[in-house]
Amino acid sequence: MNALSLRQLNKTYPGGVTALRDINLEVRPGDFYGLLGPNGAGKTTIIGTVASLVRPTSGNVEVFGHDILRDPWEAKSNIGLVPQEFNFNQFETVAQIVTNQAGFYGIDRTTARERAEKYLRELDLWGKRDAPSRQLSGGMKRRLMIARALVHEPRLLILDEPTAGVDIELRRSMWDFLRRMNERGTTIILTTHYLEEAESLCRGIGIIDGGRIIEDTDVRSLLTKLKSQSFVLDVTTPVNALPALPDFGVLPLDERTIEVEVRGEQTLTELFSALNAAGVEVTSMKNKSNRLEELFVRMLGTGNPEPQSETA
Amino acid sequence: MAGLYPAYPRQTLTALQTLASKETHRYMRIWVQTLLPPAITMTLYFVIFGGLIGSRVGPMEGYSFMEFIAPGIIMMSVITNSYTNVVSSFFGAKFQRHIEELLVSPTPNYVILAGYVAGGVGRGLCTGLIVTIIASFFADLNIHNLAVTISVVFLTAVLFSLGGFINGVFAKKFDDISIVPTFILTPMTYLGGVFYSISLLPEFWQHVSLINPIFYMVNAFRYGVLGSSDVPIVIAYTLILGFIAAGTTLSLWLLNRGTGLRS
Ligand SMILES: Nc1ncnc2c1ncn2[C@@H]1O[C@H](COP(=O)(O)OP(=O)(O)OP(=O)(O)O)[C@@H](O)[C@H]1O
Ligand SMILES: [Mg+2]
Repeated sequence: MNALSLRQLNKTYPGGVTALRDINLEVRPGDFYGLLGPNGAGKTTIIGTVASLVRPTSGNVEVFGHDILRDPWEAKSNIGLVPQEFNFNQFETVAQIVTNQAGFYGIDRTTARERAEKYLRELDLWGKRDAPSRQLSGGMKRRLMIARALVHEPRLLILDEPTAGVDIELRRSMWDFLRRMNERGTTIILTTHYLEEAESLCRGIGIIDGGRIIEDTDVRSLLTKLKSQSFVLDVTTPVNALPALPDFGVLPLDERTIEVEVRGEQTLTELFSALNAAGVEVTSMKNKSNRLEELFVRMLGTGNPEPQSETA
Repeated sequence: MAGLYPAYPRQTLTALQTLASKETHRYMRIWVQTLLPPAITMTLYFVIFGGLIGSRVGPMEGYSFMEFIAPGIIMMSVITNSYTNVVSSFFGAKFQRHIEELLVSPTPNYVILAGYVAGGVGRGLCTGLIVTIIASFFADLNIHNLAVTISVVFLTAVLFSLGGFINGVFAKKFDDISIVPTFILTPMTYLGGVFYSISLLPEFWQHVSLINPIFYMVNAFRYGVLGSSDVPIVIAYTLILGFIAAGTTLSLWLLNRGTGLRS
């Protein structure tokens, strides 16, 4: 049974924007899964459908085997959500926000107070328990949302860009906190613009762009893939007579064209020595555009901690 | 959550208590904006209309003018305050987006509705009580029929809380929460026989008054307090209960569709 499974999920917003196209995704229990994608890719929309803030146009969502529409109580009780934007009552105190949230999950008042204390202490907010939430700093507000998401002790914690606008020190301590939660058995899904963040925290990783999952793999394979380059070579030897090049991935394209993959640790000189040794003559070479790499170049542009522009 | 009986009754009840007490805290915390203004306004009504002007207006239906308007003024404050409480709290929750705290939780929709209505009824009755206490300084109010008085005021508070909820679901900006109170509720209340008996009106306007539901509620409440009414109170009960049933159905339908809440 998966912690989360999305099947054939589609979402077109009332305005006509199609934000999700045929999303299929499975996250195993205990995983630390990253959803990586540029602005407007559909990350928040995916999370919204899981948290029942967005109604999918079609498809279904299961959380630990419970369909969110058929068994809402079981499904929702298993999810803790830390949204991208602050969404608590500005006039309530830190303790009230967390305790009430427990109440909405059916947790009695006494237990709710104990849990609120436990998680506020863990997130270093206990000293602020009686402060109205509007008086907190940005980083404290993020931590408040994490405490609020944990108070009913969900098995799946979902964080939508938890470290956006957070300084390096706090980011590190949040990373440590999330790692500990994951070690204690909580399945975690987070979205981010930063490859570095995904690299440091996640095992599984999904890349989303234009509402489609274009890659669903583990961090290590992604990095290998990112660091490799592909070339299209025109060769004089007919493809079927070509000797094997054991160190390189070779894909015949047509009679006298091949695609060769050069991994991160290999060099072009090594490729040409191998071709030379095999007696293959190359007449022309093109660098094949790498979709993933292009995406990352684009993300670097949008992932900068620049002031939020009107990109949606 | 298909059946009527909740799958998790104890937890569902906890969720309801949490929301109702959160809503109660809200209007108590801002009592200067919620409980104090009606106390001041209604005191002025009693001083000006009841005391100064009322002493020159003869008796109305055999009661002193002050006695006659007191029940109407109490009802007016209950109606306005129940409605306003729910519409502003619910719209505020949408606007600040903390309604999402409820939407992501397993709290069923009917509990969300009941919790907000509980807040509105609480504030309506609280205001009603304050105004009643103030009124008792100006007029001798011997409750004629306690059961009618209490049930009418309670059901009216429920009804206008539902109205405020529906308004809150549709509201997209702050203006939208004051349109109905200003342009519909206030005129209907003033024309609902708060200050006069419709027997004073020309026949045509008497008929017009009869299509105003608030008129029946004010009269039923006045019957409870004074023992006199322009119309049979059973009509009032039928109307209130009918509107409550319709309002509840509409609210739940809107919540289930996620109108204005889930994109
Ligand atoms: N409520 C909405 N109504 C209409 N369109 C929306 C709504 N929310 C999101 N969209 C559109 O859906 C697409 C996906 O948006 P989404 O917020 O899911 O992206 P994202 O990956 O979370 O982006 P970011 O990294 O900027 O947070 C965008 O084109 C966005 O404009
Ligand atoms: Mg987003």
